[in-house]
Amino acid sequence: MTALTMPARAEQDASPRPVPWRRMAWVTWRQHRTALTGAAALLGALAVLLWIVGLQVHHAYAAAAACRPAGSVICYGMFGSFNVMDGFLANGVILQVVPALIGAFVGAPVLAREMETGTFRYAWTQGFGRRRWTLAKLVLLAVAVTAAAGLFTLLMSWYYRPYFAAGNPTPQTPLFPGLFALRGVAFAAWTLAAFAIGALAGMLIRRVVPAIAATLAVYAALAFATGLYLREHYLTPLLTSNPNVPGSAWIISQQWYTKGGQPASPSALNQVLQQASPQIAGKGGIPKAPDVTQYLMQHGYVQWTSYQPASRFWPFQWIEGGWLLALSVLLIAATVWLVRRRAT
Amino acid sequence: MSMNVIETSGLAKRYGRTWALRECTLAVPAGHVAALVGPNGAGKTTLLNLAVGLAAPTAGLVTVLGGRPPGSPAALDGIAFVAQDTPLYKNLSAGDMLHLTRNLNRRFDREYAQTRLAELGIPLNRKAGRLSGGQQAQLALTLALARRPKLLVLDEPVAMLDPVARHDFMATVLTAMADDGVSVVLSSHVLAELERVADYLILLSRGRVQVAGEVDGLLATHRVLTGPAAEAGDYAERLSVVHARRGEAQAHLLVRATAADPVPPGWEAHPVGLEELALAYLREPGAAALPGPARARALPLETGPLETGEPSEVTR
Repeated sequence: MTALTMPARAEQDASPRPVPWRRMAWVTWRQHRTALTGAAALLGALAVLLWIVGLQVHHAYAAAAACRPAGSVICYGMFGSFNVMDGFLANGVILQVVPALIGAFVGAPVLAREMETGTFRYAWTQGFGRRRWTLAKLVLLAVAVTAAAGLFTLLMSWYYRPYFAAGNPTPQTPLFPGLFALRGVAFAAWTLAAFAIGALAGMLIRRVVPAIAATLAVYAALAFATGLYLREHYLTPLLTSNPNVPGSAWIISQQWYTKGGQPASPSALNQVLQQASPQIAGKGGIPKAPDVTQYLMQHGYVQWTSYQPASRFWPFQWIEGGWLLALSVLLIAATVWLVRRRAT
Repeated sequence: MSMNVIETSGLAKRYGRTWALRECTLAVPAGHVAALVGPNGAGKTTLLNLAVGLAAPTAGLVTVLGGRPPGSPAALDGIAFVAQDTPLYKNLSAGDMLHLTRNLNRRFDREYAQTRLAELGIPLNRKAGRLSGGQQAQLALTLALARRPKLLVLDEPVAMLDPVARHDFMATVLTAMADDGVSVVLSSHVLAELERVADYLILLSRGRVQVAGEVDGLLATHRVLTGPAAEAGDYAERLSVVHARRGEAQAHLLVRATAADPVPPGWEAHPVGLEELALAYLREPGAAALPGPARARALPLETGPLETGEPSEVTR
C-alpha cells in the first residue's frame, strides 16, 4: 500500500487554459439584452421628455436673460414666468427612482433568475467556471448601466442649467437635496450602487420578484438616509454670523443667540418682537424679514448660520460618487464570494 | 483504463439537520456506464452535485477524473453535467443555447451538435421552453456531449420522459459511449431502463452505499434459490441471504452465491436479473454488497471535515 497525495497527481496534468474572458460579452448580451433594452428604452423616453420640456425652459430663461433694461418690472416678470416653470425642475426629484428601477430590473434578476429556474446548475458546470462567470457578468452589466446613466446625466445637467444659473434673480443652491443626485457623477454612481444592491439581493433571496422588491426598498432607504442625514456632513459646514448668506448656499441650520451667548428660543424672540412691533411693522402691520433681522441685531442678538457653500458642489459630488463606488465594489465582491461558496 | 472518474472517501453532506449523504466511500472506474440507483431521498442528487462541484462536502472527500477536485478548471473542462429536469434557458432558442455552450467552454463540437439536432428534428430557432420534454432532454444531452467530455454526469435524465423518449435518450448516451469512450454516471430510480445500459451499479440507500460493482460481477455472484417454504428458515441462517420472498408453498431466496456453489437438495438455482437484484437490496437496506475491483477497500473511512474540493491524502 503506497501513500499517494492527490495534489501532486493533479499538478502533473496542467490545468487547461481558461476560456477567454471576451466570450462572456456575447453570453451576457444574449441573456440580458431584454433587461438592457428595457433600461435603454426607459432612459430614452425620459430623455425625449426632458429634451422637449428643457427646450421650453431654456427658451424662457434666454428670453428673460436677454431682457433690457435688466431689473425692470417687465424683465422681472419674465424671470417670474421662467421661475414658475420651477415645478418641472424641482419635481425632477422623481427622476431619482430611475437608478432604483435599473438596479431592480437589471441587477436583481441576474442571479435570482438562475437560482429560481435552476439554470445555475447548467451555468456553473460549464468550462468557464462559476466565479469567473459571475464576475464577468456583473462587471459587464455594471459598466453598461453606469455608462448609460452617465450619458443621461449629461442631458439632465443641461436641463437643469437655467435653474442654477447666476443670472436668475432667485437662484437655487446647486446642493439642493432633491436634485443633487441627478447631476455630476452622483446619478451614475447611484445607478451602479442600485445595480450592485440588486445583484446581491438576487443572490441572497434567490427569487426574482422578492429580490426586486428588496432592491427597491434598500435603495430607497439608502437614498433617503443619504439625502436627509449623511450628505450635509461630507465636509464640516461653514459658520457665519453675517445675515447676508449667499442665496446659492445650502443652509443647514440657523439659530439666534442672546447677548450672553445662549440660544434664544423662538418664544423669547417673539416676545422681543412684539414689544418692538410698532417700530418695525410694515404696511398692513406685518414685519418684513430684513427689518426683523436688523432690529434683533441692533438689540444684541446674533444669528449664526451653518451652511455649505455652492463651491462645494463638486467636492460633494466626488465624495458621494466615491463612497457609492466603494460600496458597489464591495457588494459585487460579496456577491461573487457568495456564488463561489454557495453549496446547493 | 485504471482511472476512477469519481472517487469518494467518507463523503458526507448535511443540509440543516438532515444528512443527505453519509459515509459514502466508492470509486467509479472509467469506461463504464455507471448507474446510481436508490429510492427518492437516498442521496443520489447530492452525490452527483458533490461530484460536479455544485455542492461542497460537509465531511470526507471527493475527487473526479483521477484525483482532481470537483469544480476545478480541469474538472469543469472534462465533465459535462445534465441536471435533473434538464434546466435550459427557456427563453433562448436551441441555436442560442448551442452558441451559449460553445462560448462557455474550451471545446465544442458545433458540427456534431448541429447534425444531432437536425437528426432529432429540433429546429434551431425554436425556443427551448417550447420544445417537448423529450426534445429538451435531448437538447441538454447534445449540448453536454458536444463539449466532448471525459465524463458525462446525468441526474435522473429519463424520469420525466415517456418510454419512447426514454429509449431514444439512452440510445444517444450509448452511441456516445461507443464512439468516444466517454464515461457515464447516471442516477435513476427507473430500474427497467438500466438493465440495457448500465454495466456498473451503485446502490444508495438512506445516504449510504449499499452495493457497488460491475454488473457482470454482481450478477455472477448472486443467485435466486427456489425451494420449499418450510425449509427456507434453515437455509436463511446458513446461506448469505439478501432477501427472502416466501409464498405458501415455495420460497425465493436471493443469495450471494456463484454458479459453482452447491445447491441444497430439493432447491433450484436461477440466475438473477439486474432489476431483481437491485430491488432485493432496496428492500433490505441493511444488506450490503461491495465487491468488485473498483471497491476502494483501503480508503480511510473516518475522515474529518474538509473544505470544498480540497484533496488530501488517500492510500490505495
